[in-house]
Amino acid sequence: MTGYADPHFDTLTLHAGSQPDPATGARAVPIHLTTSYVFESSDQAAALFNLESAGHVYSRISNPTTAVFEQRIAALEGGIGAIATASGQAALHLSVATLMGAGSHIVASSALYGGSHNLLHYTMRRFGIETTFVKPGDMEAWRAAIQPNTKLLFGETVGNPGLDVLDIPSVSALAHEHGVPLLVDATLSTPYLQQPLSLGADLVYHSATKFLSGHGTVIGGVVVDGGSFDWEASGKFPELSEPYAGFHNMVFTEESTVGAFLLRARREGLRDFGACLSPHSAWLILQGMETLPLRMERHLANTEKVVAFLATHPMVSRVGHPLMPDHPSHALAQKLLRGGARGAGSVFSFDINGSRAQGRAFIEALNIFSHLANVGDSKSLVIHPASTTHFRMSDEALAQAGIGAGTIRLSVGLEDPDDLIDDLKRALKAAEKAAGNGASSAGTASGLATAAAGTGPSNTNGAKP
Amino acid sequence: MHIDVNGHATYAYTGGKDFNPAQPTVVLIHGVLCDHSVWALQSRYLAHHGWNVLAIDLPGHCKSAGTPPASVQEAAAFIQALLDAQGVERAALVGHSFGSLIALQAAANMGERISHLVMVGTAYPMKVSPALLDASLNQPEKALHMTNVFSRATLAPPSGAGSWVFGASLALGRRVLASNKTVNLFHTGFNACNNYDQGLQAMAAVTCPVLMVLGENDQMTMPKNAQSLVQQAKDAGQRLQVVMIPNGHHQMSESPNETLVALKAFLV
Repeated sequence: MTGYADPHFDTLTLHAGSQPDPATGARAVPIHLTTSYVFESSDQAAALFNLESAGHVYSRISNPTTAVFEQRIAALEGGIGAIATASGQAALHLSVATLMGAGSHIVASSALYGGSHNLLHYTMRRFGIETTFVKPGDMEAWRAAIQPNTKLLFGETVGNPGLDVLDIPSVSALAHEHGVPLLVDATLSTPYLQQPLSLGADLVYHSATKFLSGHGTVIGGVVVDGGSFDWEASGKFPELSEPYAGFHNMVFTEESTVGAFLLRARREGLRDFGACLSPHSAWLILQGMETLPLRMERHLANTEKVVAFLATHPMVSRVGHPLMPDHPSHALAQKLLRGGARGAGSVFSFDINGSRAQGRAFIEALNIFSHLANVGDSKSLVIHPASTTHFRMSDEALAQAGIGAGTIRLSVGLEDPDDLIDDLKRALKAAEKAAGNGASSAGTASGLATAAAGTGPSNTNGAKP
Repeated sequence: MHIDVNGHATYAYTGGKDFNPAQPTVVLIHGVLCDHSVWALQSRYLAHHGWNVLAIDLPGHCKSAGTPPASVQEAAAFIQALLDAQGVERAALVGHSFGSLIALQAAANMGERISHLVMVGTAYPMKVSPALLDASLNQPEKALHMTNVFSRATLAPPSGAGSWVFGASLALGRRVLASNKTVNLFHTGFNACNNYDQGLQAMAAVTCPVLMVLGENDQMTMPKNAQSLVQQAKDAGQRLQVVMIPNGHHQMSESPNETLVALKAFLV
């Protein structure tokens, strides 16, 4: 394909990385369910193993179907390449493990998916990697937390579920000032709503389980390299700029001026940790990505209507979406996301004027919204953090995390928005009635509905599954 | 490795093997706003199959010090100085785009000292459109995108796992451009291509076998624009081979294996 302009986003969602199969003419991406690939000759075998030739050897390291997914997401993000992983968590781990070892330090936003917080705060610490968590909007806290052994700054494009928008230009500038890269989790925004690499981030990863695949059918992840960070100039990444005995003493920054991170992540991380993506899963994700722009527009349109409905309902004390002018990230969302604040996406929280019991009553009365631990499905989803993902926490701890006992998280799907609003209307009525069954009501001493209001919610203990 | 050439440290990627004076040497010369890494796969293969590889960063580019060559002739003189500095008596020259003209002129200058000449993605005259030339000077980012689109033949280059060549080319171009704070490498390189007028004389003077590797869908250096060189080589009785491969202008990343096959068959 040739032309006079860069290929555009919608075209890339359909064509990047794939062409009709040269062997069969199949137009759809074939699913290459094979572990390995026959060598043409001994010379070719040796060349493939020694990075002298392009091709596939073993599907833990690379696979033709998975490679299409990798190229496509790299294209959509404006990156140089990508590595697909078994999950979003695996993508985060691969990123961290490629860049550092024991004795290293990370500065991360406190507004993270609970699984990411667990990995950094508990698990990586056991392997000698410490993390300092800071409020995403507190630039002085980011700066103060950076240490001589800091190797990475990390945040989510929009935090889950409070939708704190990360100031990527400012945080990346700070990172680069200290010779370290910025990694962002762009799961909730997808490249359709924001391309973090163009704003200054160096690495982007996704839980492809969510909007990229979009149908709640597959677990997968991917990390994309922008190719902009100069690992050698930084001087902080001997993993990339000094000979690696584990792969022919390769110096990755000499081998590839812009692709050193991906080279090591694949040659070491996938090889040794093995958290690769199944080609069948890659195909499912590709199917979803073909309609990403269409789906995201509908997600956003439905969300706008749902937010408008909730914002005026008497049983709702707070709607935590940057569409609301009083949301702490309203201005930043207007500036950094596609279409302004609506670009903050379709996963958000709101507070019911009521108790935990009323929250449960609300959830149980819903018919269209499915009560489960996921986001980014084509179907609308709901969860009550206080009784599920955050059940271990006291009301006080919930409040510190920006979650009230009446906080509900929605993932708005693709159904007719009027049906979604009807569903919510009925459930809110049920919650209201539940107050008459002995549950406390709005404004009682429990203060349940007010914990998160206007405080820039910070989820540190798991709001996604 | 770094080699002192004309008093400046010149970087040469060796493909993962140390330089061995007993082996033949091939010099790989990149094009405008590129560096040694565009030859990564081919470098490693040749280095592990009996060749000394010197995949250089041209002076003033990325890891190499010195003043960026303002003309093809200047760059060709640098290649000769590089061989002198490294004590290489005879070498094969492989160049891409701007690098192909450098290799051509260097081969003409050095006669029997050059064992093979490979011109990848070449044309003569290598004229750059006024719009692109101007953009490279005044709007480098725009020029990068223009060049990238002209250079690519497909949205699905079969380049192996996970590499997105559109993005990789943009990132490399930006990195190379940023590597020299005093000289616009983009504009300087394009000017050198645009102004080179010794191609036909050089082709007539070459004494070694010549291989041209051309991209069927190359819009930067269209195959038809290499025909003057092809004809001159024929008229001069050169031992010429022309290989067409199904890609755009960046043969090494869009069709790495086909490029390598052509190189192997010619060099070995």
